[in-house]
Amino acid sequence: MAMLSFERKYRIRGGTLVGGDLFDFWVGAFYVGFFGITAAFFALLGTALLVYGAAIGPTWNLWQISIAPPDLSYGLGLAPLHEGGIWQLVTICAVGAFVSWMLREVEICRKLGMGFHVPVAFGSAILAYVTLQVIRPLLLGAWGHAFPYGIYSHLDWVSNVAYQYLHFHYNPAHMVAVTFFFTTVLALALHGSLVLSALNPAKGEVVKGAEHENTFFRDNIGYSIGTLGIHRFGLLIAINAGVWSAICIVISGPFWTRSWTDWWAWWLNLPIWN
Amino acid sequence: MAEYQNLFTRVQVEAPHYPGVPHDPKGVWSRGLKASANYWLGKIGDAQIGPFYLGSTGVISIICFIIAFEIVGLNMLASVNWNPLQFIKQLPWLALEPAAPQYGLRLPPLQHGGWHLMAGFFLTVSVLLWWVRTYMLARKLRMGTHTAWAFASAIWLFLVLGFIRPVLMGSWSEAVPFGIFAHLDWTAAFSLRYGNLLYNPFHALSIVFLYGSVLLFAMHAGTIMAVSRYGGEREVEQVLDRGTASERAALFWRWTMGFNATMESVHRWAWWFAVLCTLTGGIGILLTGTAVDNWYLWAVKHGVAPSYPATFDVLPDPALNSGGAQ
Repeated sequence: MAMLSFERKYRIRGGTLVGGDLFDFWVGAFYVGFFGITAAFFALLGTALLVYGAAIGPTWNLWQISIAPPDLSYGLGLAPLHEGGIWQLVTICAVGAFVSWMLREVEICRKLGMGFHVPVAFGSAILAYVTLQVIRPLLLGAWGHAFPYGIYSHLDWVSNVAYQYLHFHYNPAHMVAVTFFFTTVLALALHGSLVLSALNPAKGEVVKGAEHENTFFRDNIGYSIGTLGIHRFGLLIAINAGVWSAICIVISGPFWTRSWTDWWAWWLNLPIWN
Repeated sequence: MAEYQNLFTRVQVEAPHYPGVPHDPKGVWSRGLKASANYWLGKIGDAQIGPFYLGSTGVISIICFIIAFEIVGLNMLASVNWNPLQFIKQLPWLALEPAAPQYGLRLPPLQHGGWHLMAGFFLTVSVLLWWVRTYMLARKLRMGTHTAWAFASAIWLFLVLGFIRPVLMGSWSEAVPFGIFAHLDWTAAFSLRYGNLLYNPFHALSIVFLYGSVLLFAMHAGTIMAVSRYGGEREVEQVLDRGTASERAALFWRWTMGFNATMESVHRWAWWFAVLCTLTGGIGILLTGTAVDNWYLWAVKHGVAPSYPATFDVLPDPALNSGGAQ
């Protein structure tokens, strides 16, 4: 059994959302639970469908395999398996697997007496995915607006959709999202560095604690957010990166169809300039 | 239930400000004595603001930053004929552009890229001095220098964009302009000029580490917040003397995905993901135009991107006619 030395005392029953004790067990290191069963089902089925899609496709080149959504002419209808139907099933499987995984995290949180921060944060990533693949296509009236499953083909989708709005960097929600992404990397670098620098001082030095961490940041930039605060702040900005990604793509098309550079005309047309 | 989530600090203790750990060795400059507290800041993080340490490198760095900032701002103001209202109105569109391509790496007149070069110089000096300050402060507090080396990775990308690549390309015109929309335009034009940067594998790696860092911080910060009622945020103590917070945090990920970091190793993952984001990004920019002229054709050549049928006639590259850097 893959158990850590202290693990046995934590492996207790309870905390499940669905199924009572029925699926309340572990397989190796993995907790199963009802949502473990559903996650495995969706993940295996979705992966098998992707492999099937690759098998009937033109290439086994890993970079070029692409499982595309149906043509726009199918609208929001079901497409034949070989004409986007696989993509539709894979998308159902993906959403099913992601949501199962999130609910399984909730069950593990309950079992360990932890807060629900991780599944909530995962929820913002799922939100971004569902917005791209389900909500925006629904609003635009065709599954063909979603991105294809392929390493390079999804990059082409990003390029093409971005240039449909001439210059996507001018999308204000995209600006906010990018700012959150960059800020999160900066904050992660600063946090990781700070903890490592306290734990790994120069040879012969004793390990440092929060007093040194706080002093380093107050000296350097005048403020130290503190050991608890950095995790609260980091979680907040990381979640916001996902949420604003969802916002920036859902407004492109359903709520704004022209160039994002034109959107800024409202600023130039404000009455205060006259 | 709700109290487990620890979204805000509910009880704030008002205590004398913590003056900070003394520097060793003590330098010429001493740390400021003044500090204040902000109640609303204390809701999220630490309420104490300051005391701040200036230091020689800090003072010169701040002065250099102000000079660079003023050069950019005054050039923008001059570009709207010193009209403050127009300055605010057009600010997002205003820019301090680099020299035209014909100047190569020579010193251009002030009005034609000289100011851009000067602003870049002072900004670079400012950033490098801030790096020295970061390194020295870690030494004075007898801590590791991890922050400085992570900072160095960001400086690498900054130097590649504004200095190393322009030098290799033989023209200051390759540098990024200072301006809000201007630097976005530069980014888009750069990608188009070199056959779509999304096909650049180092750009792809950089994005992997960008998204990976955000994922990692969400996972790490979420985990620590979730075990904060067991004292999980006291990470250094948890590394040295494992408590139930560490055990639960580790088991959460072990049970979820079959693998867990430790209270120390998660910060090594964090450091490397963040550092590699700008490190690989800098490599990607450095190779663009110097080693690779068209990332799409590069990707087709190496069999990673499919070859698409030509939809338009091939047009001559305008950069080849305008005397641009080649």
